[in-house]
Amino acid sequence: MTQEMSAKEFIARRIALELKDGDTVNLGIGLPTLVANYLPPGVTLMLQSENGFLGIGPVPEEITPIGQPRVVNAGGAPCSIIPGGSTFDTSISFALMRGGHLDACVLGGLQVDENADLANWMVPGKSVPGMGGAMDLAVGAKQVIVAMEHTAKGEKKILKKCDLPLTAKGRVSTLVTEKALFRFHDGKLVLEEYAPGVSVEEIRAETEASFIVSDKLKEMVISQVGL
Amino acid sequence: MKSKKLDIEQVASFLHDGMTIMYGGFMGNGTPPRLIQAILDSGVKDLTMIGDDTAFSDATKGPEGVGLLIRNKRIRKMITGHIGLNKEAQRQMIAGEMEIELCPIGSIAERIRAGGSGLGGVLTPTGVGTSVEDVPQDLTVNGQKYTKKPVFNINGRDFLYETPLRAELAVLEAVHADKAGNLVYYTSMRNHNPLMALAADTVIAEVHQIVEVGCIDPDHVMTPGVLVDYLVYPK
Repeated sequence: MTQEMSAKEFIARRIALELKDGDTVNLGIGLPTLVANYLPPGVTLMLQSENGFLGIGPVPEEITPIGQPRVVNAGGAPCSIIPGGSTFDTSISFALMRGGHLDACVLGGLQVDENADLANWMVPGKSVPGMGGAMDLAVGAKQVIVAMEHTAKGEKKILKKCDLPLTAKGRVSTLVTEKALFRFHDGKLVLEEYAPGVSVEEIRAETEASFIVSDKLKEMVISQVGL
Repeated sequence: MKSKKLDIEQVASFLHDGMTIMYGGFMGNGTPPRLIQAILDSGVKDLTMIGDDTAFSDATKGPEGVGLLIRNKRIRKMITGHIGLNKEAQRQMIAGEMEIELCPIGSIAERIRAGGSGLGGVLTPTGVGTSVEDVPQDLTVNGQKYTKKPVFNINGRDFLYETPLRAELAVLEAVHADKAGNLVYYTSMRNHNPLMALAADTVIAEVHQIVEVGCIDPDHVMTPGVLVDYLVYPK
């Protein structure tokens, strides 16, 4: 990892290489949204906005004032819809998730454990924003990619068992941190990639969960867009 | 044809303390502002509100939506999926001033759809193995009492049972209506509005433009007019 690049940017750049041209994808709010900035040339995604459309486009040059009909994303911020996009009600929007019609979703994480359980929606006594669409995304998308910093202020986040309230059980497919990329294969957590300059020993020391080291272990490559 | 036009001053005649109201909108986008204001102005309290989220408490970020009723302490209980951008909603929940039943948004949508479609509820994989199971229930299934949401294993996969939702009143926002109440929504403003049109005893839609009957192509109608009882015309 280069000195000047933040952990979040590094993670987003790695995940950008996970997505294939033409995929239908939901990017969660925060770090996952950054992934769209680093898609390699030739990769165009159909991005879902869970409030009811496919084809999230850029923020319009002229923003329609609050109170007039306008397009917003799931966070309520003004955006646009690309040519070829489509709009629908909430039932269809969440059917796209639960029904397995999304190739992937990218979600932030508070904790992931070796059973592929994810906790990302609340910290009891501290933050109770509500699960929003996170539980529906996690149970339904074909691939659930978690974007998460490896530790939080020295506290381990990749655990034997999540102790925060769960978002979904057994649904994580891929976990990307600034140090490592793991995938779940047949319910087992497998280390497949390490970030440049990071050793397997260092990853072990900062990971509570048991994991297998892939026999194809390799150094992580990230999207070079804009570098 | 009987007119569906409703003056905003007449909305109060449909309201009473302790009633249950569904409101369209997602982060306030598609929540009818004049109808929410009319609910506030009527003075009703102890409401149960069912909707996607509690919108914005910071008016520079987005519409306040149902937050107007939260800020003025008119709500006893909410069934909603997200309160993260409304600090006052979070404060009232933590202080115990307002009950909040958090429910995954996809489950809210399907519960409303079930309530409006005459279905007995929803079986969803969403929330299985999470605290969503533990939301208190007063439920009898095949004579057996349940105090939390039952999980049914069907052909090897677990599904959580979610009850259908209905309300006495639904307040909707649409961009166009004809005088028969056929509604057209604009992009992201559609969200829960068409689902709620099926799930309430009385449905009132606030619209940006009224056109004559016949001006909306039947193929473009998103909510059939027969579901809409009253229209609040633009100012």
